[in-house]
Amino acid sequence: MENLLWLIPALPFLGALLLILFGTRLSRMLVAILGVGSVGISALITILLGLEFLANRPEFYHQEVWQWFNVAGFTPSIAFHIDALSLVFVFVITFVGALIHLYATAYMAEDQDFSRFFACMNLFVGSMLMLVMADNLLLLYLGWEGVGLCSYLLIGFWYKEPKNGYAARKAFIITRVGDTAMAIGLFMLFQAFGTLHIQTILTEAPQAWSVGSQMAVIVALLLLGGAVGKSGQLPLQTWLPDAMAGPTPVSALIHAATMVTAGVYLIARMYVIFELAPLAQTIVAIVGAVTLLLAGFSALTQYDLKRVLAYSTISQIGYMFLALGVGAWSAGIFHFMIHGFFKALLFLCAGAIIMALHHEQDMRKMGGLRHKMPVVYWTFLIGAASLAALPIITAGFYSKDQILWYALAGENGNMWLYLAGLAGAFITSIYTFRMVFMTFFGESKTHLEHPPGKVITIPLIILAILSLVGGFIELPHNFGHVVLFSDLLAPVLPGISANEGLAANEWLFQLLAAVVSLGGVFVAYLFYIKSPQLLTSIERSEFAMALHRFWHSGWGFDALYDALIVRSYVFISKLNKRDFIDSFYTGLARLAEGFHVMFSETQNGVLRNYVAGIVVGAIMILTISLFL
Amino acid sequence: MTPAHMEAALMLAGVLFMLGLISVLIRRNIIFMLISVEIMLNAAGLAFIVAGTKWVQPDGQVMFIFILTMAAAEVSVGLALILQIYHQLKTLDSDAANLMKG
Repeated sequence: MENLLWLIPALPFLGALLLILFGTRLSRMLVAILGVGSVGISALITILLGLEFLANRPEFYHQEVWQWFNVAGFTPSIAFHIDALSLVFVFVITFVGALIHLYATAYMAEDQDFSRFFACMNLFVGSMLMLVMADNLLLLYLGWEGVGLCSYLLIGFWYKEPKNGYAARKAFIITRVGDTAMAIGLFMLFQAFGTLHIQTILTEAPQAWSVGSQMAVIVALLLLGGAVGKSGQLPLQTWLPDAMAGPTPVSALIHAATMVTAGVYLIARMYVIFELAPLAQTIVAIVGAVTLLLAGFSALTQYDLKRVLAYSTISQIGYMFLALGVGAWSAGIFHFMIHGFFKALLFLCAGAIIMALHHEQDMRKMGGLRHKMPVVYWTFLIGAASLAALPIITAGFYSKDQILWYALAGENGNMWLYLAGLAGAFITSIYTFRMVFMTFFGESKTHLEHPPGKVITIPLIILAILSLVGGFIELPHNFGHVVLFSDLLAPVLPGISANEGLAANEWLFQLLAAVVSLGGVFVAYLFYIKSPQLLTSIERSEFAMALHRFWHSGWGFDALYDALIVRSYVFISKLNKRDFIDSFYTGLARLAEGFHVMFSETQNGVLRNYVAGIVVGAIMILTISLFL
Repeated sequence: MTPAHMEAALMLAGVLFMLGLISVLIRRNIIFMLISVEIMLNAAGLAFIVAGTKWVQPDGQVMFIFILTMAAAEVSVGLALILQIYHQLKTLDSDAANLMKG
């Protein structure tokens, strides 16, 4: 199996290549088979590889395909390294990715750029696989940039609408800010270690740098910059809600399987650097905690179904950052996996709803879809329950509870991080069920056109099952005590021990988390089903509406960046409109032009003048040669 | 040849050359200009002969034969051009032949 490693990223790339070259000449059926098949076979290989991995428990699989280049002893290779951490990522990317591809064949069936869509999607999955399987940071960076490029291509997929192109550019440029920081971090790592091979850096870093040394902190912060950009965390989160301009399967792919989780992967992969820089790690936790709160409040006020989900992704990635920040590495990765399942599910359901309602995304115009789309309703409900972390039955409960617990009881945890997480859980639960109630309950407002077909519902059902049972592979020790997932990750990522004093009362905190989550559902029920007049009375208050607008605009970050960065940039560029370096070259051109005018005057066609010119010239040359 | 004769011969060459040059500059009739160029060539040829005599070398006379040959070729091309100019412009005024000015 180890020899087949290269096939996992190679197949999606091959699919993309074939679709780019011949896509327009193939039939839709063939394009769909190529697009879904390439990722599907990758997923199959991953599952087989994963089974073998679980059976043998090697430390890692490694395959070197070829040496990339050799410059002055710097020899990065195209080599793949799969350990438990990358295996989890590869599994989610290929498996969820394949389901999304399958779903997209129905969703995009009537689009005229069918083959371009699947070419980009395959490229996206391939780049992401390259990112998580790379054994050196340069190859990882290649995948990282590939993901950025594909996000641009796919967010702006319907490029005829100017605002989609704007959203695509925004996503590209804002993530580029983070990428630049990350590139500088890579340069510094190379300068310090003379290599970008990940495992070498991870083993050498603790000897080279002491805990809290300045270099470690700077490198960790620069890497965090890259992670923050890709993962849509504060302060570079503004691109993610606008990225909803792309087709819904793209949103599902970006949010569940690829792109935004790249930052989580990077931090988990380079955990040694972050452990050497406690300051940076604390910042990771704080960024996560603040982001999950801000995004949660924004999600409360959105009316666009997909924007609610976008803010919820920012918020859930915030939980992952929080987990990574307090050192609960496996909890963060566990939440990533579960989030991949239920977020893909929610997006695909949203896509089914949007498609059925003629591309209507406004939740105020939805309602009463419970009886009309039963499969979508039940699967969406399961996804929503998992997102809201309803206790016992959903996978989201187990993953989020673990994060909350370590945010309080972990070595680096404290009260405030825990409270932020708990408040976030409450808000998550409110906005999730606000979404459910607005969409599926109440009276029907729009006529239903396309009932979803089998190709749409099968991925939904598979993902719904995973969103429920996925949590049972990791149960708290006082509640079943299953540790399959953290066992798997134990050789790669360090474990975390809980504070002894608090551990005795762990059940109390679990109960609290459960109550908070159910409380959120109740609040949403109260406002949106039981007594909607409560909502209208709030809407009458001036202050509440101002707050609503503020949150709706994503805490005014767009306006802030516009005023601070965009405006000042435009101002400076206007000052230098006639580029003053350019004026030197324009001056040269002017001078040449002047000479040209002067000399063309002498070209007047009078033969005698030419003769006189020759005579004067000859005399000058003679004079010079005689007297000098 | 004594030095006095040589100086006189060189003076004659210089005067001939200046005459030719001045008449190229002031004449407008293109045939006269051509003749003036011939005079200048002969002046140069005379200077070569004088120099060859001075150094007692045959090179001066060799150069004169070269100049004669070249002058013959130049005159044939020049006359052909003059014929064309006259054919096109119906005049021999060189100032009228200024259609290719920049």
